[in-house]
Amino acid sequence: MKLLNVSGSPHVHSDESTKKIMWRVNIALIPMLLVAIAFFGLNALLVSLVSVACCVLFQWLIEKFILKVPSTICDGSAVVTGLLLAFNVPATREMFWIVAIGALVAIGIGKMSFGGLGKNPFNPALVGRVFLLISFPVQMTTWPKPGENLFSMVSVPTTDATTGATPLGILKENGTDALPQVWDMLLGHIGGSLGEVSAIAILIGAIYLLCKKVISWHIPVAFIGTAFVFSGILWLIDPTAYMNPVYSILSGGLMLGACFMATDMVTSPMAKSGQLLFGFGCGLLTIIIRTWGAYPEGVSFAILLMNAVTPLINRWCKPARFAK
Amino acid sequence: MGGVHPEENKISTQAVIEPFPVPEKVVVLMNQHLGAPATPIVNKGDKVKVGQLIAEAKAFMCANIHSPVSGTVSKIDVCKDPFGVSKPAIYIDVEGDEWMETIDRTPDIKRECTLTPQEIVAKLKDMGIVGLGGATFPAHIKYNVPEGKKAEYLIINAVECEPYLTSDHRVMMEHAEEICIGVSILRKALGVPNAYIGIENNKPEPIAVMKAMASKFEGIIVEPLKVRYPQGAEKQLINAITGRRVPSGKLPIDVGCVVSNVGTTFAVYEAIQKNKPLIENILTVTGKKIPSQHNYQVRIGISYGDIIKHSIGELPATTGKVISGGPMMGKAIYNLDGPTVKGAASVLVIDESEAIRDKESNCIRCGKCVSACPMGLEPYYFSGLVRNERFAEAKDRNILDCIECGCCFFSCPANKPLLDEIRMGKNKVRAMMAAQKK
Repeated sequence: MKLLNVSGSPHVHSDESTKKIMWRVNIALIPMLLVAIAFFGLNALLVSLVSVACCVLFQWLIEKFILKVPSTICDGSAVVTGLLLAFNVPATREMFWIVAIGALVAIGIGKMSFGGLGKNPFNPALVGRVFLLISFPVQMTTWPKPGENLFSMVSVPTTDATTGATPLGILKENGTDALPQVWDMLLGHIGGSLGEVSAIAILIGAIYLLCKKVISWHIPVAFIGTAFVFSGILWLIDPTAYMNPVYSILSGGLMLGACFMATDMVTSPMAKSGQLLFGFGCGLLTIIIRTWGAYPEGVSFAILLMNAVTPLINRWCKPARFAK
Repeated sequence: MGGVHPEENKISTQAVIEPFPVPEKVVVLMNQHLGAPATPIVNKGDKVKVGQLIAEAKAFMCANIHSPVSGTVSKIDVCKDPFGVSKPAIYIDVEGDEWMETIDRTPDIKRECTLTPQEIVAKLKDMGIVGLGGATFPAHIKYNVPEGKKAEYLIINAVECEPYLTSDHRVMMEHAEEICIGVSILRKALGVPNAYIGIENNKPEPIAVMKAMASKFEGIIVEPLKVRYPQGAEKQLINAITGRRVPSGKLPIDVGCVVSNVGTTFAVYEAIQKNKPLIENILTVTGKKIPSQHNYQVRIGISYGDIIKHSIGELPATTGKVISGGPMMGKAIYNLDGPTVKGAASVLVIDESEAIRDKESNCIRCGKCVSACPMGLEPYYFSGLVRNERFAEAKDRNILDCIECGCCFFSCPANKPLLDEIRMGKNKVRAMMAAQKK
């Protein structure tokens, strides 16, 4: 007679899987990639490809030869890390090799050294990014001017496009007068890292993830809201020295960070209350670093710092018990 | 709060309840209820009739057991139940179908009940009524409200939030009046002004039938509820209807509530008005890949194998699991020769493709188990504590609040066997507490 399976309940499972979640994140990143290619040309595509390929390769190599465990590259998480890392660097030709180093740090140190997906305390893409920012400060802040190589898809330029500053760089150097138009910041027609320039593309991806329940609204709303309110207060105190809060949330990596980096489920709190606190901390730290820190941008540092306190937040912020 | 929405798969809702043929032999287990086993009062070779008392409740938490068939007691021995546990049992060889004369087998509906509340509770005890919603809690204990406590709400659980199961659905469609009479009797036993029947919105037909019937009765209110598993869990249903919350480690009566399954109210009607002890279940035979869907009125003590043979013949070749109960909280059957007991609600046949769990991977700390937990617990954390045998911490984090609804494992994208670990943790914590008491 054929034997029956026996196991504890439940005997059915939702169709959720880690793989599905990660590939959904990849789909959500596509609008940003398209905008980046439109504004920064073929360089953007090549930087992204190198970054993704290196992340996947390094994970495969580490799992096969160092950890000697079955490969998990199919779960799509290395692709997510690769794309996010690429989105956090400028689309220049020098980045082709620099981003490969970033990929090694992101995957090797940021993720696999802790035991792979799910065990890493810090967002791997941000670990890679911050490593590059500290190691290659010039190359990491040399931004191509968007649109100038709009047609580089057809005629690959022999040199990099002329470099331009990011809105936050302009603010640090020249004050508030020289800032670009809000409309350009929404579309992405500004200087900056590959994936961070277009708020609209980021929001399209974020809305997709919200609909698919991969992320919840708590972290992005708390993050962006806090940044808006805090920078708004500063702006009200002195509009000539501080940035308009609308610029604040549209500039730099804030949108990308709030929607895609801070919401990384591995490194953010579990309970909804904890997620609100986490988002609040990210927003506050971002504005503090931007305003008083040495760097023009603070999103990466803010998120990494909050990643570090996530275990503590998980301790404080527990879900509300049904039965007291 | 919390909860999930599994695929409903209520494919047997249109199958009318059929009487299941009387088998050749039955095995009546002595543990058919929560509490101590009943004590047999018949001997080998005794002739018994349908409805005759064959085992008596001697302990406080226990229930009477009656013969579901007529015939001869062939032996009194142990028997492996469907889940592989050996239990004391009475084996009966069936001869004819001779019922006790006291049982009213006419189809007439008897509406008047002149018994006092005490007499009602005593009769529930005599008739061996237990809760048919899953816990098989002896009814005479539930309806005998302890001193110092007061029942304010009677809640009838017709939620049937488990996927696949349709026995409550069919009972409501076919026995609405008997159910309402049963509810009125329980209302009288408790002395509460109103009874609330909670039904989920995905059952519009029973809601309409029950509303129409309830309007003819005093103090019966049908409450349609939003669809959300595990709303049929006692604590969740009390919360949905009254807004009250049963505190940790307490019973519904501590917040003035008594909850009864809708199937139980039908059994109460039959017991009080027709003198029929609890000897039959309404049982669904269902599954996506089986040739026909059924709802049966089936005698207790028939083996699961006999039910399958009569209803669908052979199990399909691709059968992976057979479950007694729903797919979320039911138990996988290990031994098809094992007999049914009071409260057995279904034979659910699950295909191979759904019966095997996917491979487990690392927890990605997504928090889906935390959002899904209706008790507001942290299943992922228990997983780590149990694997590291840190049971004292698990107790401090209220592992015993867990109602084992399965929402955590259901929603886990990494396929962590969260509920398996929590169950083990609960057992260890209980053992630890028992040891500390000594």
